[in-house]
Amino acid sequence: MYATNYQRATSLDDAVAKLNAAEDGKFLGGGQTLLATMKQRLAAPSAVVDLTKIPELKGIGVDGGTITIGAATTHAAVAGSKEIAAVLPALTGLAGSIGDPAVRNMGTIGGSLANNDPAADYPAAVMALNATIHTSKGSYSPEEFFTGLFETALDEDEIITKVVFPVPQKAGYEKFRNPASRYALCAVFAALTSDGPRIAVTGSGNEGVFRVSEMESALGSNWSADAVTGVTVSPDQMLSDMHGSAEYRASLVSVLAGRAVKKAG
Amino acid sequence: MSEVTLTVNGREVKRDVEDRTLLVTFLREHLGLTGTHVGCDTSQCGACTVHIDGNAVKSCTVLAAQVDGSSVTTIEGLADGDTLHPMQAAFREHHGLQCGFCTPGMIMMAVEIVKRHPQGLDEKTIRKELEGNICRCTGYHNIVKAIDTAAKTMQGQPAMAAE
Repeated sequence: MYATNYQRATSLDDAVAKLNAAEDGKFLGGGQTLLATMKQRLAAPSAVVDLTKIPELKGIGVDGGTITIGAATTHAAVAGSKEIAAVLPALTGLAGSIGDPAVRNMGTIGGSLANNDPAADYPAAVMALNATIHTSKGSYSPEEFFTGLFETALDEDEIITKVVFPVPQKAGYEKFRNPASRYALCAVFAALTSDGPRIAVTGSGNEGVFRVSEMESALGSNWSADAVTGVTVSPDQMLSDMHGSAEYRASLVSVLAGRAVKKAG
Repeated sequence: MSEVTLTVNGREVKRDVEDRTLLVTFLREHLGLTGTHVGCDTSQCGACTVHIDGNAVKSCTVLAAQVDGSSVTTIEGLADGDTLHPMQAAFREHHGLQCGFCTPGMIMMAVEIVKRHPQGLDEKTIRKELEGNICRCTGYHNIVKAIDTAAKTMQGQPAMAAE
């Protein structure tokens, strides 16, 4: 790792001030991606501004059909939340499937969303559940927020503060892991929301997380695994690498969508 | 430079370190606690697992400055004098190791796994929970048995017999 300057922010304003005072600063969540990237010298910020000690970014609230998760809440805290499990077990299950237990003790939901790794899990839940991402400057729908591979609508000095998930009628998440890295080669989050069915795919899209509208229409008239397994997606929009061709990933989308709908019940 | 104050294995330590100093470097090179190992250095293998305020983390992917003010427990802090922690005793009893390189991380993770499952553990759960700790010798079999035994000892239940 190249030399850097660690700064601990005590409030949102303090975090923004510290970032803007740095020549080339980056916000730091749990560090499970950023620090690993810095160790490989693929990133070399002159300063890292730690957001995880800001009190207002912490905590989980379940209230009146919505789940609110502070951006600095760890995956372990979400995975272990009895409150969330009681209303949306697909979300606690998703959080508990990220990385491994030690990674989950550090990694945060805000960090995962801000990084927008195409194989990350949380973007699928946010997209399928039509969650709202609140930041220090405003709020975003998933479609506004996720803008491409590792790209989001966030400004350099904009901080995710919390994510608000509407509780759906049904939800299921099914992940097919790369057997070595354990990241999603493809994963599908299926939800029956108040606005109808939503299907979000992560791990496979060449522009990151995406929805499959043909599947959503099919589920609108027939909520069943059979309704989606026959719907195919084009390999043209899929990632292709040594772990799986675009055609293979496209095939996984249909198979996993069926399993996710079945899991949702 | 940052001044980092930690309580390590019950003892308060204070050092001035470069901000980029990883927790594992702080433990091994600044404090001489070399029981915590660096295996992959890419947060996959888990050999560097320690507890920060009771939670298992990979100390190769945490800055020492990030955990300033925290309480850290390493493998050196588990035993009570000459009396091994039940997890250490179970790893010895079941020979849950061959070369021993992954063992400190395995044991630190295992202690947290038991803590997180007060209702008890089965083999499938133990194997799943060990996802972030890699052993290239044992095939995990005796590690799983050791953790199962220690969990029962720690939770006051009868243990599986050693082979």
